[in-house]
Amino acid sequence: MTTLFYLAGILAIVATLLAITQRHAVHALLYLIVSLLAVAVEFFVLGAPFVAALEIMIYAGAIMVLFVFVVMMLNIAEHAMEVERGSLKPRNWLGPALLALVLLGELVYCTATTRGTPSLTGVTGPKQVGEALFGNYWIGVELASLLLMAGLVGAFHLGRHRIAKEEKHHVTSTDATRTDTRSDLVHAGSGGTSHAA
Amino acid sequence: MLGLAGLLTRRNLIFTLMSIEIMLNASGLAFVGAGARWAQPDGQVMFLFILAMAAAEVSVGLAFVLLFHKRQLALDVDAASEMRG
Repeated sequence: MTTLFYLAGILAIVATLLAITQRHAVHALLYLIVSLLAVAVEFFVLGAPFVAALEIMIYAGAIMVLFVFVVMMLNIAEHAMEVERGSLKPRNWLGPALLALVLLGELVYCTATTRGTPSLTGVTGPKQVGEALFGNYWIGVELASLLLMAGLVGAFHLGRHRIAKEEKHHVTSTDATRTDTRSDLVHAGSGGTSHAA
Repeated sequence: MLGLAGLLTRRNLIFTLMSIEIMLNASGLAFVGAGARWAQPDGQVMFLFILAMAAAEVSVGLAFVLLFHKRQLALDVDAASEMRG
């Protein structure tokens, strides 16, 4: 179990180092996801399975998907097809795949050797965490909900400004095309009348 | 055990938001490690708070990055999409 802990720790450090030294944002995100998975293994070994599951679900699931969306939206503005063709080459996903393969080996080792949750220390289950969270730290829960609400409103405000601007731009462009078609019609009509005359 | 978490915290800032995520994660690892050391659930509670804060921070930060990128692109100043700190 100790070797498992240190192996996951070394893996997390290596993946984080590779993540912050990558030039391309998508590659850095791939390494960062591997690092988060390794940290989740650390939590599991430290006797916190609930937090490990939350780490995978929220960090590696939700937050990284947000990052990937934003990187993709930024890439659309630039040469998107070239970047996409480049990111399909095998040497780009080989490194994260190798690191994730080590994590998979740890998982197979755990399920093959031990029964139940492997941990260095005693397992602090979700029941104790929930009791502490809603017993002692209820004011913290309220403050976290307030913070999430503020984050939601802030993100909505930043996005709404842009959408309103785009709508205005869209309206003006359609007006411009409408005037263009009207002038075309006028020209065609005048041309037709001149031709008829 | 905690020296590892201390090592994880010393990551320099290149991609600013990603590094913030890494540092929050490392501090959460330190909290959970301390909670496991003294067999208390408080460390995991602290990690839940850190998680909520990271989610809020990342949503606002990414919205700001999108807005900033749009505005910089409109001003024709390129190479501002990756904000190197």
